[in-house]
Amino acid sequence: MSTHIPQQCETCPVSPVNRDTAPARHGLDASGSLFVIALAGNPNVGKSTVFNSLTGLRQHTGNWPGKTVTRAEGSYSYGGKRYKVIDLPGTYSLLSTSTDEEIARDCILFGRPDVTVVIADATRLERNMNLVLQVLEITDRAVLALNLMDEARRHGITVDDRTLMKELGIPVVPLSARTGEGLGSLLQSIQDVASGQFVCKPKRVWTQSGKLKKAVDQLSSQLRSAYPNLANVRWVAIRLLEGDQRIAEAVRSGELERLSINHTQTVRKEKTRNHVVA
Amino acid sequence: MSSHDDILKTAENLRWELGEQFHDHTVEALYGEAARISGRAVSLPEKSSGFDFEKTLDRLVTNRWTGFPIMITLLAVVFWLTIEGANIPSAFLSGILIDSVHPFLKSMGADLGFPWWLNGFLFDGMYLAVAWVVSVMLPPMAIFFPLFTLAEDFGYLPRVAFNLDGLFRKAGAHGKQALTMAMGYGCNAAAIISTRIIDSPRERLIAILTNNFAICNGRWPTQILIATIFIGALAPPALSGVASALAVVTVVLIGIAMTFAVSWGLSRTMLKGEASFFSLELPPYRPPRIWQTIYTSVIDRTLIVLWRAVVWSLPAGAVIWLVSNIQIGGASIAEQTVQFLDPVGLLLGLNGVILLAYIIAIPANEIVIPTVLMLTALVAGLNDIGSGAGVMFELDSELATAEVLHAGGWTILTGINLMLFSLLHNPCSTTLYTIYKETGSTKWTVLSAIIPLVIGFVVCFGVAQLWGALS
Repeated sequence: MSTHIPQQCETCPVSPVNRDTAPARHGLDASGSLFVIALAGNPNVGKSTVFNSLTGLRQHTGNWPGKTVTRAEGSYSYGGKRYKVIDLPGTYSLLSTSTDEEIARDCILFGRPDVTVVIADATRLERNMNLVLQVLEITDRAVLALNLMDEARRHGITVDDRTLMKELGIPVVPLSARTGEGLGSLLQSIQDVASGQFVCKPKRVWTQSGKLKKAVDQLSSQLRSAYPNLANVRWVAIRLLEGDQRIAEAVRSGELERLSINHTQTVRKEKTRNHVVA
Repeated sequence: MSSHDDILKTAENLRWELGEQFHDHTVEALYGEAARISGRAVSLPEKSSGFDFEKTLDRLVTNRWTGFPIMITLLAVVFWLTIEGANIPSAFLSGILIDSVHPFLKSMGADLGFPWWLNGFLFDGMYLAVAWVVSVMLPPMAIFFPLFTLAEDFGYLPRVAFNLDGLFRKAGAHGKQALTMAMGYGCNAAAIISTRIIDSPRERLIAILTNNFAICNGRWPTQILIATIFIGALAPPALSGVASALAVVTVVLIGIAMTFAVSWGLSRTMLKGEASFFSLELPPYRPPRIWQTIYTSVIDRTLIVLWRAVVWSLPAGAVIWLVSNIQIGGASIAEQTVQFLDPVGLLLGLNGVILLAYIIAIPANEIVIPTVLMLTALVAGLNDIGSGAGVMFELDSELATAEVLHAGGWTILTGINLMLFSLLHNPCSTTLYTIYKETGSTKWTVLSAIIPLVIGFVVCFGVAQLWGALS
């Protein structure tokens, strides 16, 4: 087992390891970024606030769902490595089809970010957990940030991050992005996952049962031989088994492969842009 | 390619094996697992029977009887604070930019040996247009945007959407249109982009086509100034601020009514269909971060909007100066156009000056009022007020502005109709361009300009005829 669970003191912001918690922020200048980080999460859980504290940009934030409808990008350095951050529109699930949710899905699905940070509202964890599990179906490099911990405390809600970590198989970081609490641990966890120091063993809900697992495996291997470059073969297989007509059409027309190649290139090479919806 | 077909065929066969309820099973598994995991990790507090501030507040602001009065009162208070608070800094800025800097620039130009037309074009045209926009727009925006952002940060906007949701659905539109409409009070172009949160293309188009009925920041100075001069003056001095604020609120409410009416009309004609359901989340109230909010709303909104206004007012100021100073057949282009437009304008309860000002101001709504004042002075022959043709001037008080307008033949009807027309006319060029980019369709872009314009003409004409019949 190579799984490395960070010890308490390693993720603690006051420990000597993490004393230098403030990231060097580069705002929009993402030239020479090594790692690509995608921020996903339900609407109104503070993604833009986390994005701003990571990158030092001041994207407009607001307390209502649906504020970010386009992708915003920025970058920062931490531990001598450069990170490019993509703030995705909020989405409740990856199964639906509105423009903003599609942007989020395509980016995680085809853009292959090095780490997908799912930001969840600690006061409404159950509802947020649906998206977390869906993201874990797609990627095996993820970090769960439990945001709004200050608010949870105010309401007397406690969330056991160690239980979550064991259940989900990914690092879980309690966070209060508005006050900056826990930001150091988040940066460290992102680094651990990006560098491969922490190897995630993501929970896969859909393929733990025998029958479905067999079907997915069979279809996946067929897909893999037809599209050697395709990321997230499992996800595509599951969608096909569910009878998703858009994905079926994409297979038929060959668009699928093009999409996966294009997105990887866009995310990695595209000159950094920032869309601010004021 | 046969491999594609093979894959699809395998998928089809496997789907048969898995059975019909496969989709339901996957979704169920997801929800079940999510509930199990969060159940293990989260411990909720003991239910307290005490007073719950948030629940009580939510019950008040989303109640069917108290919700709307609270909404309208909040709106009125915000406008009142903006109107009352903006006067002093406005006078201060115009004192510096127009009374001190402008004469200095003019004499500097003269010292440098600029010919009269260059001096006039640069400083009377372009500089004064910018100075006017800064001194008139900056203070109200610097007050309004932070107030609006505080309400947004606190979590009030989704409650407004919640209140309006039922009405929007009755109109055949999407409940989230309430949110995009709220964005429109800041900037219509930004709001058009925000309609992406609406999933159904039909409802998204309705939201795009009706967004212009939310008066954007470019149109407030017009609303606020005209309300102060014509409506506020009707009330006793102590109440004039309140009266003008209420007049602006009325225009806002007419805009909301128009949004519903046009949405209703569109969903029964060109964009037929049923309203789709969605679940709107009422986010928890969060204590607004006051300093951060003020900082970001000044940087993100006020300065960006102001910059745009300044950029557009430069060429507009130049155009105004040119049309007022280029003479054809004994009269300037401006005078001739105004005379030509006057009959139409008067029929609408407006005048030729206002129509010409709207044509010049197509790039940006912000410069309508300065253009109107300058052209009015020119046509009424008030040469002693402005310092020459094509000079954009700032008048020291609203009283002086009122004098110019009265001398130009303005009545209360002109004031009311200008407020209505400012609400009901084509979107600015930036918004139109955004609509074109978002819809990718010339047809919908043209319609989004024509619909409000036609409504504006009809409403102004109706009000003018009614006014004539009653007086």
